[in-house]
Amino acid sequence: MHRYLSILGTFARACLVRDMTFRANFLLECLTSLGWMSMNLAFYLLVFQFTPEIGRGTGWTREPFFAFVATGLVINSIVQALFLPSAEELTEMVRTGGLDAVLVKPLDAQFLLSMHRVDFSSFANGIVGLVILTVALGRMDYTPPPVVWLIYPLLVVCGVAILYSLMIMLAAATILMGRNQSLYDFWFYIINFSRYPAEIYAGPWGGPLRALCTFVIPILLVINVPARTLARPLTGAAWWAVAGTVVAAVAAVAVSRLVFQAALTKYRSASS
Amino acid sequence: MSVGLEPLGLFGRLAAGLRTSGLRTWWTMLVISLEERLVYRGDFIIGTLMRFLPIVTQVFLWTAVFAATSRADIAGYSRNDIIAYYLLTMVTRAFSSMPGLSSGIARSIRDGSVKKYLVQPVDYVSFLFAARVAHKLVYYAVAIIPFAAVFWFCRGYFPAWPPPATIGAFAASLGLSFLLGFFMEVTLGMLGFWILEVSSIVFAYMLVQYLLSGHMFPIDMLAGIPTGLPGTSLADVVSWLPFQFTAYFPAAVWLGKVQGPELARGLAVEAAWVVVMAVACRLAWWRGTRRYAAYGG
Repeated sequence: MHRYLSILGTFARACLVRDMTFRANFLLECLTSLGWMSMNLAFYLLVFQFTPEIGRGTGWTREPFFAFVATGLVINSIVQALFLPSAEELTEMVRTGGLDAVLVKPLDAQFLLSMHRVDFSSFANGIVGLVILTVALGRMDYTPPPVVWLIYPLLVVCGVAILYSLMIMLAAATILMGRNQSLYDFWFYIINFSRYPAEIYAGPWGGPLRALCTFVIPILLVINVPARTLARPLTGAAWWAVAGTVVAAVAAVAVSRLVFQAALTKYRSASS
Repeated sequence: MSVGLEPLGLFGRLAAGLRTSGLRTWWTMLVISLEERLVYRGDFIIGTLMRFLPIVTQVFLWTAVFAATSRADIAGYSRNDIIAYYLLTMVTRAFSSMPGLSSGIARSIRDGSVKKYLVQPVDYVSFLFAARVAHKLVYYAVAIIPFAAVFWFCRGYFPAWPPPATIGAFAASLGLSFLLGFFMEVTLGMLGFWILEVSSIVFAYMLVQYLLSGHMFPIDMLAGIPTGLPGTSLADVVSWLPFQFTAYFPAAVWLGKVQGPELARGLAVEAAWVVVMAVACRLAWWRGTRRYAAYGG
């Protein structure tokens, strides 16, 4: 474990040196990332010009909703900084045979393939997310109890773990298919479902979709559960949601590991 | 690069009929691009289907917004109008979006591969145009099925069919949006003659484009936002920019939000932007190739 942490630190240092070598580019990447985020925030502000809350009686008024959005920013920035850049390279590695070099190294292939590149500019969104979270909590009528500050970071880690698992399973699909650029688009489209409170998925179509995205692909637990601990009292049902999210995160990591290992056994090198 | 048309089956046989005509070069470029697009068919089909997923979230989001407000409409759009609007912007984006075009041009300038177009009797912009037409033809051939299915499934959100004149205006605005999107992206890519790495500029463009094109929400929603200019809202400013024609305008035309003189003015402004961007694109190519120093073997 210590060896892997040390290697992870080396990867991170190398990426930071690389980013600092091209500082202007790094700053532009931060600004671009912040630009996309600002645009989304502007959209949400516009939506709240026309409605007091998202869904009647859901309690997702402006401040709680922005706490929700901020939680999403923090979780997604961690995934985009630590895991996504490596996963994006996998498609080309499989297609060109570059994966061979990874498989012969005396390290766990999943570790190397999913964590060798760190994109520090993606943390910019997370930092702004924390600022928005602070402002939103300051303006909310409800004050979360102190225990939430122990549970919330744990749930954020669980959210990251669920997203990481989904990404690893798509990486496994890359190995099986040879090329799956669209499946990475699929990753973005799928996490799009997690961007809004689960309550919006209602009605004859929304109900089954909500169940699918909670129990089969637990994407709705990623942001909803941690955000709800900040916005609503921790009642009995909320505790069940917390426990369910922890179980879902552990299960997702385990299943994705199995799927990835199984996919590696099917890998056929594209190189000579 | 020599191109044999015979192994291309139907395309090859059709090309044979065109060999005596002046269209041969164009046809060859189109065939090459069609074949290229069809290499990764599975990836392409999955990608097309996936693009509908974000609409699903928008349907639920706006349903929740309307459920929580006492308003019958927002900026003149009922809930059904907004959902129909998002679906129609998908059609517009199918015409106006040019994925990878500007970055591909900038890359060809950076790695030197653009120089073959300087020595071959093939016009680069025409080649890009033929390639993009081919890309779109393949896309429409694949996408027509999911598009038809989704529109049929969501038919309840749409108002009655508009009159033929409106459909004609819609078709014209779509055609122009294709041309506008193409020339805007090509011009952007040709900035690579002056700046080797244009990816940041492309990202900035995408950002502005996404926000001001109406892809995110109908531009009418900006009508209440002041600009500081007397009597001029943000929506008024955006209506003169080219971006709205790549998502908002055709959708608004179909839904009857733009009619009469306003429709004629909109089409005229769109056509004017196509001309401006086509000239800008030619100018960028002309000036750029004069200062270009070829790299690469």
